[in-house]
Amino acid sequence: MDRSKTYFITNSIRIKNEKFLQKKETILSFDPEISFPQFLKDSYKKLELNYPKYHKMDSLCKLGILGASLLLKNQNFTEDTALVFSNRSSSHDIDLKHQRSMENIVSPAVFVYTLPNIVLGEISIKYKLQSENVFFIEDKFNPDLLVDYSEGLLNSGKATSVVCGWLELKNDEYDVLLCLVSNNGKIPFTKVNLEELYRFENE
Amino acid sequence: MSDLRTELKQSIIEQLNLEELSIEEIDNDDSLFGDGLGLDSIDALELIVLLEKDYGIKLTDPNQGKEIFISINKMAEYIESHRTK
Repeated sequence: MDRSKTYFITNSIRIKNEKFLQKKETILSFDPEISFPQFLKDSYKKLELNYPKYHKMDSLCKLGILGASLLLKNQNFTEDTALVFSNRSSSHDIDLKHQRSMENIVSPAVFVYTLPNIVLGEISIKYKLQSENVFFIEDKFNPDLLVDYSEGLLNSGKATSVVCGWLELKNDEYDVLLCLVSNNGKIPFTKVNLEELYRFENE
Repeated sequence: MSDLRTELKQSIIEQLNLEELSIEEIDNDDSLFGDGLGLDSIDALELIVLLEKDYGIKLTDPNQGKEIFISINKMAEYIESHRTK
């Protein structure tokens, strides 16, 4: 285990307030009055994802796919790229939808998304990843946990790169930061730098 | 008779979230699974729900779906002879 190795934030994507930021630069934005479902739909079109399965996903998965699509575009990554995600509200929105549907006939297509880690499977399918993945539920964005866990995977050789971050969704309010961490880049993968990327759009 | 087929196409597009597909693009004899519309196993379960909710048809054996969910025509024929609403 090589604990002295430094890793870098090769790319980062922030999704918040109807905006997509790549490394702190706004690359796509929408009218602040846009509804959340419309935001998800328009983002899909603007990013030309051409992935019909997207429409079947719940909103948390859609956010994850949108973020991963921008994060991994034109990047070198291998099938052992690990996924280390976290949020506060787990799969809250789809859980509620499922609960409401119990009054009538339950929808299997809704039920299958009632776990937060389904998004990891959806991203793995889209990008043909066969890797370690984990989804933590935390009270708040926790860079210590993300850095420690990701470095553990990288140092142990279980992954050559990691997509880590925060994918929060509750009552259509979203807050996303995804980072690609690897040997390449200029921004060292540290707790301070991760926190700064997260705080950037919050301030 | 054709109204039921159009209604089915509309329901399938809406309930299975096939947003990039229009009614006109689905032929009555197109395969619903595999090379046709490319539906998956979760979609098959949704179709079972659709039969119950919209037409009062309760499939007790999911394997029955293999004979019913072949195409729009096959589904419509089954609905016409088994519907309770």
